[in-house]
This record gives sequence, structure tokens and C-alpha cells, in this order.
Amino acid sequence: MTPFIDPWWLPVIFAGLMGLSILLYVILDGYDLGVGMLTRLEKDENRDLMVASIGPFWDANETWLVLGIGLLLVAFPVAHGLILTQLYLPVALMLVALILRGVSFEFRAKAAPEHKQRWDHAFFAGSLLTALCQGYMLGAYVLGFDQSFAAVLFCLLAALGLVAGYVFVGACWLIYKVEGDLQKRAVRWAEISLWATALAMAIISIATPLLSERIFDRWFRLPEIIALLPIPIAAATLFIGLAIFLRRPLRAKDELSWVPLAVAGILFALGFVGIAYSFYPYLIADRLDIWQAAASPEALSIILIGALFVLPVILGYSVLAHWIFRGKATHLSYE
Amino acid sequence: MDALDPLILARIQFAANISFHILFPTITIALGWALLGFKLAYNRTKDEAWMDAYRLWVKVFALSFAMGVVSGITMSFQFGTNWPGYMEKVGNIAGPLLAYEVLTAFFLEAVFLGIMLFGFSRVPNWVHTMATLLVAGGTTLSAFWIIVLNSWMQTPVGYEIRDGVVHATDWWAIIFNPSMPYRLIHMLIASALTVAFLIAGMSAWRWLKDGGGEGVRRTLKAAIYAAALLIPVQIFVGDLHGLNTLEHQPQKVAAMEANWETRSHVPLVLFAIPDEDARTNHLEVAIPSGASLILKHEAAGVVPGLNDYEGNHPPVGPLFWGFRIMVGIGVAMLALSWFAAWTICRRGVDAMPRWLAHGLVAMTFSGWVATLAGWYVTEIGRQPWLVTGVLKTADAVGPVGSAMVASSLTLYLVVYAVLLTAYIAVLYRLARLGKAAPNDKPMFPVPTIAPGPAAPQEEPA
Repeated sequence: MTPFIDPWWLPVIFAGLMGLSILLYVILDGYDLGVGMLTRLEKDENRDLMVASIGPFWDANETWLVLGIGLLLVAFPVAHGLILTQLYLPVALMLVALILRGVSFEFRAKAAPEHKQRWDHAFFAGSLLTALCQGYMLGAYVLGFDQSFAAVLFCLLAALGLVAGYVFVGACWLIYKVEGDLQKRAVRWAEISLWATALAMAIISIATPLLSERIFDRWFRLPEIIALLPIPIAAATLFIGLAIFLRRPLRAKDELSWVPLAVAGILFALGFVGIAYSFYPYLIADRLDIWQAAASPEALSIILIGALFVLPVILGYSVLAHWIFRGKATHLSYE
Repeated sequence: MDALDPLILARIQFAANISFHILFPTITIALGWALLGFKLAYNRTKDEAWMDAYRLWVKVFALSFAMGVVSGITMSFQFGTNWPGYMEKVGNIAGPLLAYEVLTAFFLEAVFLGIMLFGFSRVPNWVHTMATLLVAGGTTLSAFWIIVLNSWMQTPVGYEIRDGVVHATDWWAIIFNPSMPYRLIHMLIASALTVAFLIAGMSAWRWLKDGGGEGVRRTLKAAIYAAALLIPVQIFVGDLHGLNTLEHQPQKVAAMEANWETRSHVPLVLFAIPDEDARTNHLEVAIPSGASLILKHEAAGVVPGLNDYEGNHPPVGPLFWGFRIMVGIGVAMLALSWFAAWTICRRGVDAMPRWLAHGLVAMTFSGWVATLAGWYVTEIGRQPWLVTGVLKTADAVGPVGSAMVASSLTLYLVVYAVLLTAYIAVLYRLARLGKAAPNDKPMFPVPTIAPGPAAPQEEPA
């Protein structure tokens, strides 16, 4: 079929959709994985409650990863192959970790009680390893798959940074979803992980322009720098503002408990916009741009038609699911 | 050394991943509809026995669904990590089909699953029934898109090649490609039979233990009747599918029948050891003119032989044996389900002889074996092509070295072995606890809210 819009725009639109999916994945599965890592700090009923708080959502949250990587696969097949062969081992490890995380969720509630502990361990380990692998891949991607010692060190740092970020958004999720002592502890976790996240974002933001002249030029050039300055300023303000917010005890009626989660989401979005701006229009730093990597305009238009109809529906029913299971997490039952 | 060839390793890894993955969709596709059936029966009769059945099998569904999701994610990465040539060559066709699978089906299942599993007390009953319907519809739609893509790889049409890359010319032809309808129906019924024998087997196991409850008797009976009705349909559809394959991929059928020469009065080989080097069969036991009768519906029918496709046909042994395993299980399913249906129809579930129940228990996972054997036949039967006549498997494999693939393969195999063991163990645990579960015991008790003791719970209901 003939493309119904200027073929130049198609790869741009798909890069945008893919970016949106990945951002949503990082925020949504980020809180799942963060909660998964935090389960290690609690036990018995509290642990059950933490798992219950993500129970109805994790399946759908993980699906954004399938969509993001699926869009990379179908819209930019060349880049998909290049990126994933470069990241072969971390991807394989992440997949195994995702498998462990996803199934322990079911097994811990259904296996014999004496085995529950084991699945709890698998749940924690799977969440942690997933976050580490994704952070490592983020680092490797930002550096254009450089294999030097310094680069590997940077990747390991990025791995820890993403763990901090996921713990942060997970703690914010818990503040929103639980009450009482557990909520107080979640506030404490959020306070600590907030600074670790801020540090990680600062390191990546400083390292990226130093490593690439092109990215340096994109950021530190008049007049762009004036337009871009609000991004780091907003991020810094939000970090500090949230730190102050967390120091105060939550109100009795708990009506502002959603604020940390919202702020965490905005912070992730800001970080994402920064990385996206640095890279655009490249999919692989300085090597492959979105037009070189794109599938044929015919294929892209037929996917786009479906995506335009379906994405609003997906967003709609994701919101519906969050609305049905709104409010504080309670026990989950099949009743 | 041959065994360390990255191509072979990548193929084994893909086969391991997709074999593990297909086990769970095979269950969820039909189990979704079975659950909808239980739910509708409950809505109509308000009989708690149906809800007992629903509660038990929805847990199996949740577990199978999770296993399917996580192993499916692995699949979507495998294309890039191991087979980059595939999307580079046919991405313009495979891409949209996979995208539609994720967009229309996968999200539908994943989102409404939460409501289906945990929403019973949070949403009105009709919303819960609707969520069950949407999840069942989503899994089936998912199967549709995947089968479309697989069938297009078997019998590609509606495309042209420009600059070495495949471009779509006719999406209608691509979606309704010649082998799609047969493969889709064959797979959907395979899923239904797998679930029927799973439910029958687990229910019979429970019945042998302590008789179970009314829910166990109901599901046992429903599963047996469903199996008895579906198996003849499946044999008929399978025959049509075979004839379709004969028309479009004759070399695959020749390998399935281990028929070397193109000739009339081809015998139906019951047992043989095919020898590809000598291009003949050893120790052959055969029914004269049998294959001609089945494939051409006349004894004098001419059936193509492998020698017409020398160097361009799939390996014979795996196809020959895979096909016999599938058909053998089909025949066993027919015999067992008809006899069981006849017995239950005449004398009721509780009058069933114990050996018959033991037989059903033995066949619990027979659907898995038959489905896997069938897929091995059709997938290995496409070799040496990845997309028939368009892309060879060897040309799609990525640059990743043997050591790397070997380590990831080992990792996957270990994890899959553990998970499969745990999955089956949990299935039996759920079946044992099935009816005994009290109605209002929460899955995750909360100290402040839980009515009962918050100690480590016996059974999260």
C-alpha cells in the first residue's frame, strides 16, 4: 500500500512511539522491579502485601517492554539486530532474570509453603538482576558499545544507577500503595534511593557529552543551551523538592501519598528526554540513524494504522486496570 | 567440531526456547474458553461446583500465562540476538504481523488478566465475565497472528523482492496464505485437546485420591466429552492439513512418509529406520498402498518421493518419527476418550473403573507431547529454508560465537528444566488442594484486615 504521509516522517513517528513505550516500561516495570528488590527488607505479611501491591499490574507493565523492543524489531530491523547482538550476554541474563521474576510471582503463592522462601529469593534475585542488566545495557548503549575497560566500568556504574532508580520509584509506589509502619519505612527507602538516583543521573548526564563531541555540541551551543537549561534545572528542583516533601510526615488522611510517585515519573521522563535529545536522530551513536535503520515505508504505514487505533485503547484500559485496583493495596484473592 | 557450530547451537537454542514457550500458550488458548464456560455455567445455575472448578483452573491459567509471557519475551529478543538476518530480509512482512500480535492481542490479555484473576469482588459480575471473555479472545487472537506469520514462512505469497529485501504487495494474500487456515484450526483444536486431557487427567488423579468433590466430577465429565467430540474433528482437520502440505510442500510429506521414490501404490510405512546416506529405509514394516490411499485417496495415486528433492529436503528421521508420535498419541486419545465417554455416559463418573482413571492420569500431558511432535514435523520440515524459497536458515544466523551461544543455551536449559519441574509439581499441588480450599481465604493476608490467623498460610486461595 502507498504511505499516506510523507515517508520522511514515518521513522520519526516510530522512534517517538518506541521511546514512549520504553519510557513507560522503565517507569511502570521500574516500580515492580523496585518493589521486588525491596521485598528483601521485609518478611512474611509485609512482603506479601508488597507483592500484592504490584500483583494486578506487572503483566501489563512488562508488556511495554515487548512493545518497545517489538517496535525496534519491526520498525528498525537493522538496528535491532546490531544492538541485540552487541548486547548478547546482558540480554540473555536479563531474560533469565525476567523469567525468574515473573514466575516466582505465581509460584510463591502456589507452591508448597516450605518452598515459598525459595521463590521469594528467586523473586528478589530476578528483580535485582533484571535491573542490573538493563542498567548495564543502558550504559553500553550510551557509549556506542565501546568495549574498553573504562567503558565497562561506566556500564557497571550505570547498572548500579538503574538499580537505585528502580528502588526509588518502587519506594514511591509503596508510599502510595501501603499504610502505617510499612509506609514510613518506604519513605525512608525513598529518601535514601532518591540521592543515589540523583547521583547516577548526574554522572550519566555529565559523562555523555564528554564522551561524544557531537552530543557535546548539541547541548552546549547557543541558542539551544538556553532552551535546554530548564531540563537539568527542573530535575534538580524536583529532587530537592521531593527530598523536602519526604522529610515531613505524611498527613493523617494520606491524600498526598501519590506525589512522590508522580515526581519520580516526571524525573524519569526528564532523564529520558535528555538521552533522547542527545541521540536523535541516531539509533546507534554516530553510526546508524533512524532513516538508515527503518523498515520500508509500506510496512511502517500499515503498522502505524494499527498503532494509532490501538495505542489509545491500550492506554485507556491500562488506566482502567489501575482505577479498578486503586487505593491502598489489600490482600489479593481469586474470589 | 560439528556440534559446536554456531548455526546448530543457535538452532538448538531457538528450538529450546520456542518448545518451552509453546507448552503454555497451548494450555492458555483453550483454558481461557474453558474458564469462560465454567463461569457462564455458574452464572446460569448459581451452582458453587462450577465456581470451585473456576477457582482451581484460573490458578492454573494464571501460572501458565505467566510462564507464557516470560518465555514469549525471550522469543522476541531471540530474533535480534541470534537471527538478525531474518528481520533484515523479511522484516517488512514479519514486522507488521508481530506488531499486530502485540498491539491487538497481547495487551488485551495482559491487562484484563489482572481483573480476571483478582477482580471478582471488585467489579460487577458481568465485568468479571467480560474480562474472562476478553482474555480468552486475546489468547486466541494472539495465536491467530503468530500462526499467520508461521504459515507465511511455510507458504509465502503476496510479496516481491526489491534490492534483496522482501516487500509486501498483497496483505490479504499474506494473511490468508494457503496453509494458514489449516494450521490455525489444527493448532486451536490441539490446544483444546491438550486442555481436555490435562483437566481429565488432573481430575482423574484427584478422583483416585479421595473422590474430589462435585467440581471434580463435573470437570472430568466435561473434559472427557469435549475430548471425545474433538478428537475425530482433529483427525479430519489433520488429514486436510496433510493434503494441503502435499500440495505446497511435497518434500515435507515425502520425509514424513519416508518415501524415497516418486511412484504410485506407495505403502504406508509403520516402522522403519530411514537412512539418508543410502537413501533407503531399513527394517521397513508397511501397509501396501497405504500412503497413496491416505494422500491421494486411491491406491494408484502417485506420491512424490524424496529423491526428486535431493539436497533440498528436510532431514528424514525427525519428520518420520515426529509424525508417528503425533499420530500415535492421536489414536490413543481417540480410543481412551471414546471408551471413557461411553462408560461415563452409561454409568456415571463414580462407576468408572480405576484402571480407566489411571489411563487418564497417564495421558495428562499427552497433548503437550503430540503438539510438540507436530510442531517439530512442520518446523523441521521447512528446512533448509527459514522462509520457503526466500531465505535459508543458514543465511539468517547472527555473528555471535559458539561459546557465547553455548553459555546462554546452557543457562536457558537449566532454568527451563527447573521451571517445568516446579510447574508440574504446583499443578498437582493445586489439584490436591482444589476443592478443599475454603471460600474466603485471602491469597495475601494482611495483618490488619485478614480475618484468619496471619501465620504462613496453608493455601492461598
